[in-house]
Amino acid sequence: MTVELLWWEGCPSHPDALANLERILREEGVEADVTRVEIENDEQARRERFPGSPTIRIDGEDIVPPGDDEPHSLTCRVYRLRDGRISPTPDPEDVRDAVRRAA
Amino acid sequence: MTGIGDRAPDFSLPATDGQGHSLEGPAVVIFTCNHCPYALAWHDRLADAARDYPAVHFYAINPNNAETHPRDSFDAMRERVEREGHWPMPYLRDESQEVARAFGAKTTPDVFVIDADGALRYRGAPDPDHQDASLNASWLREALDQMLAGEDVARPETDPVGCSVKWK
Repeated sequence: MTVELLWWEGCPSHPDALANLERILREEGVEADVTRVEIENDEQARRERFPGSPTIRIDGEDIVPPGDDEPHSLTCRVYRLRDGRISPTPDPEDVRDAVRRAA
Repeated sequence: MTGIGDRAPDFSLPATDGQGHSLEGPAVVIFTCNHCPYALAWHDRLADAARDYPAVHFYAINPNNAETHPRDSFDAMRERVEREGHWPMPYLRDESQEVARAFGAKTTPDVFVIDADGALRYRGAPDPDHQDASLNASWLREALDQMLAGEDVARPETDPVGCSVKWK
């Protein structure tokens, strides 16, 4: 399993996203290193198809697929938790479901 | 950059309501935007505070570079207010970013409380956790209550938390 965290320094949420991701990988008994990819400019954002920070991909698939019209740029992602609240990081249960699907 | 006790910078900015708005104390100036999840998560709590303190002027100011962040364009701001329909404060556009620079805004949101004499009395986050709506902008409300009671603000500064202001 390949696990990537793509992040941009303009959003302060990536440490929380990484901590949640690593915790869930441990809890699910998955031995996978998280590759951290810093997105530093718009050209790189377009090349990496980066919809915002943080973005988590498992085996190349975004765990919360963005819409087709989502621009690729240096921005912060807006996630929805399962209870409807807005969040800078994905719902942990969405992360867990993605890990389980890929395991 | 404006420090606690300093006179807050005056401003006159256009808003989504088609009016120009100038700083009038006592006031709460909130640098915010459309695209940042922290600003969005705290928005309802800040709007509730604006409703609960009718004697205080609240201003939401979006200073972000709309070329790199089109969701923060003036048009997008107007569309958002029209869609949401119940903003208790004007939503102002700081196209030149001069107001944000004068205040020293760092993030969205970044909250500044200004007294009736124009002096800065609080600067920072609305409350300790963007994820916990029950906190109800407690740091902001604490500062407002103390200021309006003529007291010193016990916690005049906290670290603003959110997305960095998108400078040109």
